[in-house]
Amino acid sequence: MILQFLKALCVSVPVGLTFVDTVGSIAKVDGTSMQPVLNPKPGCSDYVFLNKWAVRNFELHRGDVVSLRSPREPNVHLIKRVIGLEGDVVTTNGYRRSLVDIPPGHCWLEGDHTGHSVDSNSFGPVSTQFVVLFGKWLPHSFFTLILRVCKTVFILRRLEINRMTDDRQSS
Amino acid sequence: MPFLKKLLKFGWYGCVAHCVFEYCGDFVLCDGPSMEPTIHTNDVVLTEHYTPLWRRPQQGDVVIVRSPRNPNQFICKRVVAVPGEKIPGQLKHLVKFVSSEKVPKGKVWLEGDNKSNSTDSKNYGPVPIGLIRGRAIATIWPPSAVQLLAPDLYAYDTNLKPR
Repeated sequence: MILQFLKALCVSVPVGLTFVDTVGSIAKVDGTSMQPVLNPKPGCSDYVFLNKWAVRNFELHRGDVVSLRSPREPNVHLIKRVIGLEGDVVTTNGYRRSLVDIPPGHCWLEGDHTGHSVDSNSFGPVSTQFVVLFGKWLPHSFFTLILRVCKTVFILRRLEINRMTDDRQSS
Repeated sequence: MPFLKKLLKFGWYGCVAHCVFEYCGDFVLCDGPSMEPTIHTNDVVLTEHYTPLWRRPQQGDVVIVRSPRNPNQFICKRVVAVPGEKIPGQLKHLVKFVSSEKVPKGKVWLEGDNKSNSTDSKNYGPVPIGLIRGRAIATIWPPSAVQLLAPDLYAYDTNLKPR
């Protein structure tokens, strides 16, 4: 019995870890920095699918919602939207320079909830290797119907570049 | 069916290999002059991946880091200063990266042992701890170069005095 359990463990742990590392995993979203897309109502957390496969070559697009390890605290994970890529010039909002030239291999990330988000405006451009991408998302109602858990957002379709990107992108 | 069973077994081997290389350690072939005289071109280095997962990098560790400029490239450098410590060298060269003389939170200052020929934090500023992929323990190939990589910060640089 114990032997069988150990055998099952030996099989499932490496397979599970490999799946999480190469394909993706599900994560809970805390905080209000991505309102109104994620966590639109207080007291109700959204769940998202982190698509690791989509960022295997570190190819990002403006408007993607990404998850990353905080450049300041390596144990904290953040969810932000890609505003600018390498070579772009971005107007900032509270950073120490008003115009930032994004260096090679970096990107500019901001939360949708302007002013309530710890993002590139406080820590500057971020190295793209941190990033785990979301693909797409289905409406919440789809999963509230099926799973009947607290609201579950499953992101399966790349989010459209929203109005904020257009505002922020200069030159 | 036996074919399918074999395929599944190979898949499992692949998963185990992935986990070992991702969470335990791996071998890295070093290239370039930046870590001479500690590590030479074409030396093979044994790394552990315990440091990025559970432990903070310490001063003097030789670490394998994803290059901040190019995420597909790995660099091998020595940790010279950890968060809160003073950055060695003159501040006037650093002013475009940091606002104070200290390494910011969550970042480390990396330099190659070959100070004159190394692209490191002097060029791209402090590097986030999250980019560290592993710590080099020892060089294992070629046989003449086998050695443990001790956190020996001052061995090759007389300008860098203990603070």
